[in-house]
Amino acid sequence: MIDSIIQWFEKLPGIADMLLHNGLDQTLIIFFLTLVFGLTLGLVLALGRMTRFKIIQLPVRFYLLIMRGTPLILQLYGFYFGLNLLLGIRIERTMAAVVAFSLNYAAYFAEIYRSGIQAIPNGQYEAAKVLGFSKAQTFFKIILPQVVKIILPPMGSECMTLVKDTSLAHVIGVMEIYVVAANNMSRSRGMEYLIVAGIFYLIMNMIVSKVFGILEKRMSYYR
Amino acid sequence: MSVLSVTNLQKNFGKLKVLKDISFQINDGEIVTIIGSSGSGKSTLLRCMNQLEKVTKGTIEINGHTLVSMNGDTPEYASKEVQKKILMETGFVFQNFNLFPHYSVLRNVMEAPVQVAGIPKEEAREKAFGLLRKLGLEEKADAYPCELSGGQSQRVSIARALALEPKILFFDEPTSALDPELTGEVLKVIKSLADLNMTMVIVTHEMAFAKEISDRVIFMDQGVIVEDAAPEDVFNSANERTREFLGKYHDIA
Repeated sequence: MIDSIIQWFEKLPGIADMLLHNGLDQTLIIFFLTLVFGLTLGLVLALGRMTRFKIIQLPVRFYLLIMRGTPLILQLYGFYFGLNLLLGIRIERTMAAVVAFSLNYAAYFAEIYRSGIQAIPNGQYEAAKVLGFSKAQTFFKIILPQVVKIILPPMGSECMTLVKDTSLAHVIGVMEIYVVAANNMSRSRGMEYLIVAGIFYLIMNMIVSKVFGILEKRMSYYR
Repeated sequence: MSVLSVTNLQKNFGKLKVLKDISFQINDGEIVTIIGSSGSGKSTLLRCMNQLEKVTKGTIEINGHTLVSMNGDTPEYASKEVQKKILMETGFVFQNFNLFPHYSVLRNVMEAPVQVAGIPKEEAREKAFGLLRKLGLEEKADAYPCELSGGQSQRVSIARALALEPKILFFDEPTSALDPELTGEVLKVIKSLADLNMTMVIVTHEMAFAKEISDRVIFMDQGVIVEDAAPEDVFNSANERTREFLGKYHDIA
């Protein structure tokens, strides 16, 4: 009995090493590129959502509704196979996943930005205005730095969700950690692979959580 | 010499007529307080002159620039450049300070000179320090607004308004958000500016202060100027509305 438990545990480092070399890179690529593109596009969408120009605001609202109102897994399928079937465009699987994830997460990021921007008191805009700040200066120098502090907690949460959601990329054939583990599991008929994959996600999210903790601490010098 | 002139100013919020045909002038170096009950339109008047509200009708001239003039029946604002120039030549002190919470006290004061006026950082820092010293805040230069008392916050916001070396300073109820015991330190600072011959327009509920500091007092009621005269004339006025308003204050000597 004891021997078999020990044997089971002895398998784990090998599996971890295997996942480290097969799958982790895809997971990390999707995660980091989605952050870069999603955070940028999200800010643009947030501004579009808040503008009083209906011709911009309404399409943005529609976009946010579609992206947040339909399953990400459908969007992945739709983006990858849809482009191929309808337009004959074939893109590399990982890049397709990055684009689909970015388009989807940008919608959530946009609403987080908006909540932060709307939390800034009007007096901040007025103070900047009477000092002669331009609209762009006001936004980037006065408003945005304060927004960042406000939105760190929900952004941290969203990033943890993103870490886990990267596993969905397997539906369009991206060989990320989850699918590599799942394939091996069906071959070996044991739970080890999935358990190790779970530990990988957990460790990644512990890092994400730690990073956001540090960022929040760095922003805590003012109230 | 007139540095500020307002002619036939009207401001409506929807159907509500907040300012009805306001006209007055302020001369260089003059200190004018505007008094009146809440809702009389005094803050709105100040906000119109500082581009925080758009006028419905009327003409405003500040430091020789025309901010807004009438073109037939519609108000016509000056170009963006002139608007910015006017903002830089005037200072505005808010009731709620509106300091930038993410900047230190020093940076609050030097940010506009650096960003807006394009003054080199070192020079702006020197000047900001000088201002803070003058207002007794030099130990607070590295503090953040959340670490300041209300009185200190308002003094910082006065320093911030002074940093662009404005020709006219506007105060919108500068002591209304302060505890009574903190009011004194802010009023003292404003008085010290009076000695520098700064032109000031002050909306206030501090009647004793208004009486003491003003060259002229404007009393507003329901969107019109009821009186515009020397303080002793306003405070001893025979006008019924003025008397009724002043009667609510017991602190007038």
